[in-house]
Amino acid sequence: MNLENSAHLFRAKPNAARRAERGIFWLFRLATYVVLLSGAAVFANIIFKGAGTVFKTEAPFINTTFLTAAPESLYVFEWQGQKREMGDHAFRAFKQQHPEAANVKAESFVYSAGGIFPCIVGTVLLVLGSMAIALSLGVCAAIYLNEYARDGAFIRFVRLAILNLAGVPSIVFGLFGFGMFVIFFGWNVSLLAGWFTLAFMVLPVVITASEESLKAVPKGFREGSLALGATKWQTIRKNVLPYALPGILTSSILGIARVAGETAPIMFTAAYVVRDKMPWEVEKFSDFFLQGVMALPYHIYVVSSKIPQNEYTERVQYGTAFVFLVIVAVIAMASILLRNRLRNRYKW
Amino acid sequence: MVTAVHAVMEPLSPSSAAEKPTPRLAAAQPAAAAPAKPGAPAATHLIDIDNLDFFYGASQALHGINLKIEHQKVTAFIGPSGCGKSTLLRCFNRMNDLIEGTRVARGTIKIHGVDIYQPDVDVIELRKRVGMVFQKSNPFPKSIYENITYGLRLQGRNKKSELDEIVERSLRGAALWDEVKDRLDQSGLGLSGGQQQRLCIARAIAVEPEVILMDEPCSALDPVATAKVEELIQELRTRYSIVIVTHNMQQAARVSDRTAFFYLGKLIEYADTRDIFTNPANPQTEAYVSGRFG
Repeated sequence: MNLENSAHLFRAKPNAARRAERGIFWLFRLATYVVLLSGAAVFANIIFKGAGTVFKTEAPFINTTFLTAAPESLYVFEWQGQKREMGDHAFRAFKQQHPEAANVKAESFVYSAGGIFPCIVGTVLLVLGSMAIALSLGVCAAIYLNEYARDGAFIRFVRLAILNLAGVPSIVFGLFGFGMFVIFFGWNVSLLAGWFTLAFMVLPVVITASEESLKAVPKGFREGSLALGATKWQTIRKNVLPYALPGILTSSILGIARVAGETAPIMFTAAYVVRDKMPWEVEKFSDFFLQGVMALPYHIYVVSSKIPQNEYTERVQYGTAFVFLVIVAVIAMASILLRNRLRNRYKW
Repeated sequence: MVTAVHAVMEPLSPSSAAEKPTPRLAAAQPAAAAPAKPGAPAATHLIDIDNLDFFYGASQALHGINLKIEHQKVTAFIGPSGCGKSTLLRCFNRMNDLIEGTRVARGTIKIHGVDIYQPDVDVIELRKRVGMVFQKSNPFPKSIYENITYGLRLQGRNKKSELDEIVERSLRGAALWDEVKDRLDQSGLGLSGGQQQRLCIARAIAVEPEVILMDEPCSALDPVATAKVEELIQELRTRYSIVIVTHNMQQAARVSDRTAFFYLGKLIEYADTRDIFTNPANPQTEAYVSGRFG
């Protein structure tokens, strides 16, 4: 072979395989962009429309009423040639100040004034309680399945059941929770009933992910520990679980987003359309667990479908959705930080 | 039965007997202690394997093994892969229990005359006395200090001064002290491969076992690290009984007093190491040690 020929040996020549390669590459790239764009569109829409409710143009730039007050009715009326918007409390005070306004004709829009503080509190309580239950049950089950149980027909059946549970629609969990906790256990519509319903809903995710995390801990850690005369439980507690924890937390982040966002499981079990008292305003301690709460996703559902729609309700809808996204992001970020800290402490 | 294990083993583990005397066991001692004086030439064999058949599920891994492992000697198990030498080693501290479907179908393994596969044997106590070093060094992702004290803390020994002393003694015993004494609080995973394996040896001797089982401890190490571990074995032999599985015949020849050659789950020959390598009785052994197969 002479030099002149070999210079052309690796030069690119167009052919069918090359064209197919480029085409396929663009197809995959486009698919990714479509996904990305849809996500961005949803977020942009909520942020754009919700920011108007949550932020203000003058100091302190955040609509504190929206974040710290309970929902109330909005009254819209004309006063001395000007269009005024007032919440229920403000409107009554206004009428006392101006007796001549007693008979002013005001349009009222339910839930369109005030804020969503009780919903924020309710959602945070629901998330904390249900994740606590789901994690303790789920991690225990995962430890049993992965460390103790010997593989057999029964264990395979249990795994199949867990997988199936993951596919059950959330409304079915809602109905189950209603029948089981609300009616049969007599807990009524309460935090407790909501906690358990939501916990059962995320349990499959938590169990599966915890099992994966436990599997990822090298066998050598277990053998080394057992060979030093540790019992199985000592081995798990000191030499397996700490190293699986970051992975378990990662899975629970997904669980948090789901628990916070699901409406169907809580609509029969834990959520109130409106409640005047805050959750801590209870007479005795046990009442705390047996009270219903307002919740962000359910509030969005109510203001979007249960009351007449207009420009005022739209503000609440998007404002609530915006706050909801921020809360989920904050909880998720806190979990990620915790996970990273644990990862740095327990890495191998 | 469990107390019998304690009673018979206790006298041969002088340090642990001294550190935590248990009155109940002490009472049981006089009868058993007499024949088991450490160093006494008449001492019975430490591990006595009698006609052992071992199964993984339906496949038989060990066929009728008869073997007596002597006290305070280095015993090497050699043989081609899959010959059952690791399986047998892992019977001695019942690590095979961790694998589903394994069972001793016939025969016994006695340590100090106690059949360790009896259902009433305390496996935890057995593993404290029969330590193990694994093929793949497995330091825990904890500090060097915590690695060494792991086994002690399991026994509820948490006194700082006692732990400090044992950490130093164990690391010195594993010829690692000078290399790591300034970084005991750093992760054991930051050590080199050879150091990690010596850390595992230090961790094993920290709980004062009587026997140390080594499952191809040098197979992942470079020649320099291997030489250090072999030197260490030479030092440990004065205080511990060591059973080592190795693929490296030179290693077996260098470190061991007695060598057992296994082939296809059977014990082919068991004799003094010198005899195995220079004057094997069995032609299969000769073929293997001279490198003609395996």
